Order: sequence, then C-alpha cells, then structure tokens
Amino acid sequence: MKSRFLIPLGIFVLLVVVLIVGLNHSREVGVLQSPLVGHQIPDWELPMLTDPAKRMGSRELKGQWYVLNYWGAWCYACRVEHPTLLQAQHDARVQIIGVDWVAGNQDENAQALEWLARLGNPYSTVVTDLDGRTAIDLGVAQAPESFLVNPQGVIVYKEPGIITPEIWRREFLARLPPQSTAPVANEGGS
Amino acid sequence: MRTLSTGAILLMILLALAPAHTAWAVDPARMSDPALQARYEVLIHELRCVQCENNSLADSDASIAADLRHQIRDMLAAGKSDQEIKDYLVSRYSEFILFRPAYSWRNAWLWGLPLLLLILGVVIAVRVIRQRGALVDNEDDVDVSHS
Repeated sequence: MKSRFLIPLGIFVLLVVVLIVGLNHSREVGVLQSPLVGHQIPDWELPMLTDPAKRMGSRELKGQWYVLNYWGAWCYACRVEHPTLLQAQHDARVQIIGVDWVAGNQDENAQALEWLARLGNPYSTVVTDLDGRTAIDLGVAQAPESFLVNPQGVIVYKEPGIITPEIWRREFLARLPPQSTAPVANEGGS
Repeated sequence: MRTLSTGAILLMILLALAPAHTAWAVDPARMSDPALQARYEVLIHELRCVQCENNSLADSDASIAADLRHQIRDMLAAGKSDQEIKDYLVSRYSEFILFRPAYSWRNAWLWGLPLLLLILGVVIAVRVIRQRGALVDNEDDVDVSHS
C-alpha cells in the first residue's frame, strides 16, 4: 500500500528526466536542421557579382568540393565570420563560393563589392541572389549560412550560422579527403 | 508622481496603437483571383517565418518572409495545390515551417499524448472518487466526531 505514494514521485522523476533530455538535445533556438543534408543540392545557377552576364551554378562545380556561403553586406554576423573565411580559403582541397544575398537591401551588390575590396575576398567566385529564389530553394533562412558540397553534388554538411575557426576544422575540414603532401599555403595573401 | 503616471498612460496608449500600424504595413500584395487570394491568406497564416520564429509569414516584415510570400504567390499562380506548396517548403526548411504539425507517425506522440493524458486523468479521477465514496460509506458506520 505504501508504494502507492511512490507513483507520483516516479512520474515526477520521469518527467524531470524527459525534460532534461529534451532541453539538452533540442536544437538551438533559431537554428533549423536542413532536410537537404545528405541529398543532392538543388540545382542552382546565379549571375556573377562582377559580371551579371556570366552565370555559374551547381553543374559547373560537379567534381569539386566547394562551400556555398550565403552572405550579405547588410549582415553583421557575416562580418564576424569573414576573418575565418579569409584563413579558410588557403586550403587547396576546397573552394569557397560566395553568394551575395540581396534580401531586399537597396544597393546591396555595390556594397558587397566595396566590402570585398576593403576587407579582403575569401571567395574563388562570387555570385549574387537577387530575388532570393535560390535561397528559398536551398532552405536558407538567415545569413550567414554555408553548405559543404562534395564532388558528387551532395550536401554533406550545413552550417546554419557563423563559421568559427573551430567549426571550420571540426565540421568542414574533417569531412574533406586527407590532405596530400603539399604544404599548407602560407598566409598574408589577402 | 502625477506627471510620471500621465507619461505611463500615454506610453500605454502608444503601445496599444503600435501593432495596428505594423499590421497594415506587412503585406500589401494582392492576387488578382479572389479564390487564390483566399488560399494565399490561409497559407501565409499557417506557415512560420523561418527567421523570426514566433511570427507567421503573414505578420513578419523580414525580407525572407517577403520572399517566401512571393514564392507562394507564384506557386499558387502556377496552379500548385496547397499541399504541394507546403511539401515544397517542408522539403527545404523542414517541418519547422509548419505551425500545424503534420499528422504523421513521427508526430503521433505529439497529437496522441494530450488525449492519452486526458484518458489517464479521467481514469485516476474516477478511481479517486470511487475510493472516496467507499471511505465515506465506511465512515458513516463509525463515529465521526472530528468532522
């Protein structure tokens, strides 16, 4: 009979455990898990920032590792991320493609060019998403967001926020094939 | 003190008026077909702004929300069904974009749990009431001087 009083206590303990597990394993607020990870990247093709007559897209990049980095001159967090990308560009195994996301910002493209001229350009190519269609097709919710795409065109990782040097090592470099014997390029070439 | 409270009241009035203005500004777009417009309005109220989680697409003025509304209008105009539009957005942004989770096996606990808890509660309540009744019946036989 006495054990009956343990039932509410048991339920309470169970609830506490469930809530603790739930809190620890829930994703960070504001961070979406992309359903595209592990799948072929949706075909994209965007005009170049410097020469809108030319376009570049997922087809041209087949066979190469690349990072697609959504960014904008209006985006403060992108400014925080920028030095990491400047460092990261020196790895020969992967190129970083920048997408200047206009996102309704008047004069965004000019500001983006000014940004790259002033702060340094970490990108092998910069394209621009004028109407945000590609952003939606890739499930981009905010900036910065970055996709790591393998030579088969599969998204192997998505970083839904700022790439820090630690994230770059742990989530991006760790997924690339081992480095060949070539020495790491030295710094200072910005 | 008096001036302070007047200021506070003024502030309250201003705050009360503020949402009315933003509600006007958010989505001026109208679709030419009233039937599509009606479906559009239902959709944008059921889909979450992916950047500002507690707003629907209907009441967010974030640029991504504007882009998503534009996308939805285009898909409606192209003859897509509501389900096709939702499926597309879920395939890109995950189920997170739906304010009303889908009825799927994965979400069974989500929809089922409240009902389960209700049944459990009723069962417990019935048992407790029955036991109380039994206790009272017993107590009737004994002397209940303390009650």
